Amino acid sequence: MYVYDQYDQQLLNERVAQFRGQMARYLDGKIPEEEFLPLRLQNGIYVQRYAPMLRVAIPYGLFNAQQMRTLASIARDYDKGYAHFSTRQNVQFNWPALEQCPDILERLAAVQMHAVQTSGNCIRNTTTDEFAGVTADEVVDPRPYCEIIRQWSTFHPEFAYLPRKFKIAVNAVPDADRAAVQVHDIGIQIVRNEQGDIGYRVMVGGGLGRTPIIGTEIRSFLAEEDLLTYLQAIIRIYNQFGRRDNKYKARIKILVKALGPERMAELVEEEWQRIKDGEDKLTTAELDRVKAHFTAPAYRTLEANPASYQQALADDAAFARWVQRNVREHKQPGYAIVNLSLKQKGNAPGDVTAEQMDAIADLAEEFSLGEIRSTHQQNLVLADVEQQRLYELWQQAKANGLATPTLGLLTDMICCPGGDFCALANAKSIPVAEAIQVRFDDLDYLHDLGEIDLNISGCMNACGHHHVGNIGVLGVDKKGEEFYQISLGGSSGNDASLGKILGPSFARDAMPDVIAKILDCYVANRIDGESFLETYRRAGHTVFKEAVYGKPD
Amino acid sequence: MANLINTEQHIEQDPWHWVDDEQAIDEFAIISLERWQAQQTELKGQALEHKLGVHLRSDQTADQLGEDAHLLALISIDFPKFTDGRGYTTARLLRQTYGYQGELQASGDVLIDQLFYMKRCGFNRFALREDQDIQDALDAFATFSVTYQSDVSDPRPLFRRR
Ligand code: HEM
Ligand code: SF4
Repeated sequence: MYVYDQYDQQLLNERVAQFRGQMARYLDGKIPEEEFLPLRLQNGIYVQRYAPMLRVAIPYGLFNAQQMRTLASIARDYDKGYAHFSTRQNVQFNWPALEQCPDILERLAAVQMHAVQTSGNCIRNTTTDEFAGVTADEVVDPRPYCEIIRQWSTFHPEFAYLPRKFKIAVNAVPDADRAAVQVHDIGIQIVRNEQGDIGYRVMVGGGLGRTPIIGTEIRSFLAEEDLLTYLQAIIRIYNQFGRRDNKYKARIKILVKALGPERMAELVEEEWQRIKDGEDKLTTAELDRVKAHFTAPAYRTLEANPASYQQALADDAAFARWVQRNVREHKQPGYAIVNLSLKQKGNAPGDVTAEQMDAIADLAEEFSLGEIRSTHQQNLVLADVEQQRLYELWQQAKANGLATPTLGLLTDMICCPGGDFCALANAKSIPVAEAIQVRFDDLDYLHDLGEIDLNISGCMNACGHHHVGNIGVLGVDKKGEEFYQISLGGSSGNDASLGKILGPSFARDAMPDVIAKILDCYVANRIDGESFLETYRRAGHTVFKEAVYGKPD
Repeated sequence: MANLINTEQHIEQDPWHWVDDEQAIDEFAIISLERWQAQQTELKGQALEHKLGVHLRSDQTADQLGEDAHLLALISIDFPKFTDGRGYTTARLLRQTYGYQGELQASGDVLIDQLFYMKRCGFNRFALREDQDIQDALDAFATFSVTYQSDVSDPRPLFRRR
């Protein structure tokens, strides 16, 4: 993974000092509340329902055991002993004291971590595929490009006060998309052209929130060295012409919609022509320097599917089930990608305790070269585990409540903090997730249902990505009471689509029954091997609508 | 203008001043873009003596002024609210696309915590909002000693200097 040199570290240390000064001026009454707001946001600090929330960046989801232990120590010393992994691969603390945030940031800086640009109207943490570098189907490892974007976007002098927040996601797998690039302000698909050169297909204007939109391609191939100048051109156009009069219309998606994608592409092209051959054009030396941080580790020469592993699979059905669901194929023979689930029953999706965090750090060191990844689905990944040690790892993960064998299944939900924490919520979301986990806890049933994305947001800001859930649940306010609206058919993959609202909303305690009706309808209609989404797309919305609301007379 | 600074010091005496569209233009007048565009021919002489400036609202882009920038001794860019970041792009385009060399002033809701970025985008004069502390403001220019991106003071991004 990327290791800071003296420049990166110096910059981060200066950032901590800057924020300490800002906090002191704020506490002195020299900075009014309204002006302190963007300063704290740009250091990851929100003020939510009960307490501030500190969002710590995990650039493109990659971190190491030492960093995980530091996060655990923060959970213990400054929070209530737990932390929350978000859908943007970041980690959040729900209960720090505002005055202590500079100390927390200093502790983070000591392990090359920070909360820079995790909030505020700036370019946010770039996200990517959690299997980057270890999956056989990628064109190239996307992480060096994410790191190049990270450095370029960190304290960008021109783009600290954009009309609205700005999110970039990168994917390098041709026919899968774990980074949801089509619902980002800029989606970058790394591709190879006919000559075999690496480059990017660029999409703009995707996003969720109040106005969910799938991004549109504005360039089918951009050369590798042109990455930063082209991003600069896009965001320059956005910074000048994006709406600033209404925060709900301020995202780039609204600008792209107003101009039309063709006009947007033209404006970007004009701006790009002025800067494309300037000093910001990437050099081979820089590409090589950053790529050198992401070379494959010294893998051992191992036999694929060794006998001891096959024996364990045959002997232990629970282990075999976990492998089937939570373990993915690694590009290196004899290795495997392990997903540690943060969706155990009775636990808010994405939450981990400090003890679990320490245990994960130990597991990473013991089994996976000391590195960890966080995922868009709010789970964690150990990316380099020897198959012959999977059984041992599974036992330890299980003992720590990290081996729920449900990856990608119904109960592997994405869920925002909702009304339990968030001041913007219309409704709670965690209790809905819990009720669904409790109702559908039969593993055989869950495995039989197969892959289903169920996403829950507590309001239309869509932090829980409900629009792109196969089943989406949205908290709504009905005369002061908490209700839930269901949509079906969303997907965030490379076949991205937005869900369609099923009908009138339901009270919270009706939710498990409603979900059960939807699932029964799927089971009754599926044709061999079809996934939920496939059945929905084939059988159609009305079939599901009638299953839930009955046939109209 | 009590709270005017450059990147080094407080500017106590300054001849530049805003002149409304209805008022007569005197020396060191800063006028609106509209007026400049309407009366350019008459005003060129004064401009060439380095005694004319133009003020851009935040919705007026660098491209609207374009090559005319070279005729002016001072361009002022408005920040109606500190959260309105259009002026950063305007400044960089004037400096880097049009090669503007004159005085570039940030006006309006100009606060200490924006100064470092403003300087990097090419501003060299700052009409601070009245309540801002001058010393804290001058200190802010030294907030960071490392920067990743290219900027107006150094067109090389860090990766060309590393
Ligand atoms: C509790 C504090 C939180 C607050 C106040 C908050 C606020 C918001 C708001 C206002 C938006 C809409 C922005 C827009 O459309 O321009 C948004 C979007 C989003 N938030 Fe949050 N959020 C919070 C927590 C979270 C958490 C915990 C996650 C991850 C699980 C998250 C992930 C996201 C994502 C992925 C989006 C969608 C971005 C898009 O529109 O493309 N947020 N948030
Ligand atoms: S979706 Fe709404 S309720 Fe949920 S975290 Fe985002 S803003 Fe809060």
